Amino acid sequence: MSNPVIGVLALQGDVREHLVALAVADATARPVRRPEELAEIDGLVIPGGESTTMSKLAALFGMREPLRERIADGMPVYGTCAGLIMLADKILDPRSGQETFGGIDMIVRRNAFGRQNESFEAQVEIAGIEDGPVEGVFIRAPWVESVGARTEVLAEHDGHIVAVRQGNALATSFHPELTGDHRVHRLFTEMVRAVR
Amino acid sequence: MSSTSNFQAPETGTARVKRGMAEQLKGGVIMDVVNAEQAKIAEDAGAVAVMALERVPADIRKDGGVARMSDPNMIEEIIEAVSIPVMAKSRIGHFVEAQVLQSLGVDYIDESEVLTPADEVNHSDKWAFTTPFVCGATNLGEALRRIAEGAAMIRSKGEAGTGNVVEAVRHLRQIKNEIAKLRGFDNNELYAAAKELRAPYEIVKEVAELGKLPVVLFSAGGVATPADAALMRQLGAEGVFVGSGIFKSGDPAARAAAIVKATTFYDDPKIIADASRNLGEAMVGINCDTLPETERYANRGW
Repeated sequence: MSNPVIGVLALQGDVREHLVALAVADATARPVRRPEELAEIDGLVIPGGESTTMSKLAALFGMREPLRERIADGMPVYGTCAGLIMLADKILDPRSGQETFGGIDMIVRRNAFGRQNESFEAQVEIAGIEDGPVEGVFIRAPWVESVGARTEVLAEHDGHIVAVRQGNALATSFHPELTGDHRVHRLFTEMVRAVR
Repeated sequence: MSSTSNFQAPETGTARVKRGMAEQLKGGVIMDVVNAEQAKIAEDAGAVAVMALERVPADIRKDGGVARMSDPNMIEEIIEAVSIPVMAKSRIGHFVEAQVLQSLGVDYIDESEVLTPADEVNHSDKWAFTTPFVCGATNLGEALRRIAEGAAMIRSKGEAGTGNVVEAVRHLRQIKNEIAKLRGFDNNELYAAAKELRAPYEIVKEVAELGKLPVVLFSAGGVATPADAALMRQLGAEGVFVGSGIFKSGDPAARAAAIVKATTFYDDPKIIADASRNLGEAMVGINCDTLPETERYANRGW
């Protein structure tokens, strides 16, 4: 079977690192910036970056509605950090005009772990990922304040939810793409394979 | 899965966390702002971060005198006003200004030639800080020396406050060409290259293997239009700092949003054309040829 085609939303953020991680995880990875490019992908990664900037650019270039529809249709998506925020049905403290794509029944708090001085690395045990904890890189990271009944909590740090899954949508507060460990990207690639 | 399974204590201020922060800014625009109101305009326009400073470079040039770190009150007001990261400038080698900025909670410190240097020999030891640093560079050797001192992000040193991109173009082309040259060297040649670059061998070797800097590279200095921003991206900058170009122009909000669009779609001339329509007056600008040597900021730092 050929590799699944997984897009990385390339409006802003650490796109390159995700493209590299996906390629290692046996996906055909490509950047996606335009609505018509959504038709060519089996799954999508929403990278880390600034969620306010990403939200504005998505609206400006007509990506918000088509993406919402694809996600609601069941296209597998994986969001890291700002990407987790973009997948939340609700943001606790949104900036004016900041809207998400939604897809996961959860409420997120932006920059919950603090400013850059508080950014940290810690080991995180993720349900469904074998062979020990992953290195969690948390950068001005959000956490998940609460989840709905259909959302599965995959990991916590210091009593706060930092990884979740609901159906074909996966999200982490931290950045596996910045480490050499691609197990989370492998998990996502498998999720994309399963629905293709 | 419970919090008790985190065996190691969390660690702040690591190289990965500092460099990783800059990775999140890629593809974005960082804008100079002098007050909370401008910071909000920048955030609403889609800036990925703001640089808090008392006077934009065009005014620093006009006013003359010694340019220093900004008033902590003004920096704190900007931190309060926006949720995007806030950067601030310290003078080159003025590690106490940097300590103050760290204590204020800024997200990135720019050890900047736009301010008057405090030390003519030494830059600050940036490894000593939890807050990451961005530094300017005119060529590869300078970039690698800054990285050796702990810089987690590099930017070009285009002439700030001139509205003229020519110097930033020169620096980016220079850095890119020197990296391409390193790629062609064998191991024997890398030792001599390190000596010539006046940079540590380990970092030179890493760049030769990666084919890029080990940290994010942005453009800074002289960007005034959407096309300027897209030019810098096509030349290899991973994002763009815009200083005087926005708030010294006729319609800052419109120009800021237009530069953000052009930075994302830097390879799409139709979108850049649309972004360039009806922006009003660009900043007037200064020809770098007519700038006396003593007024060139790029000569500050080494």
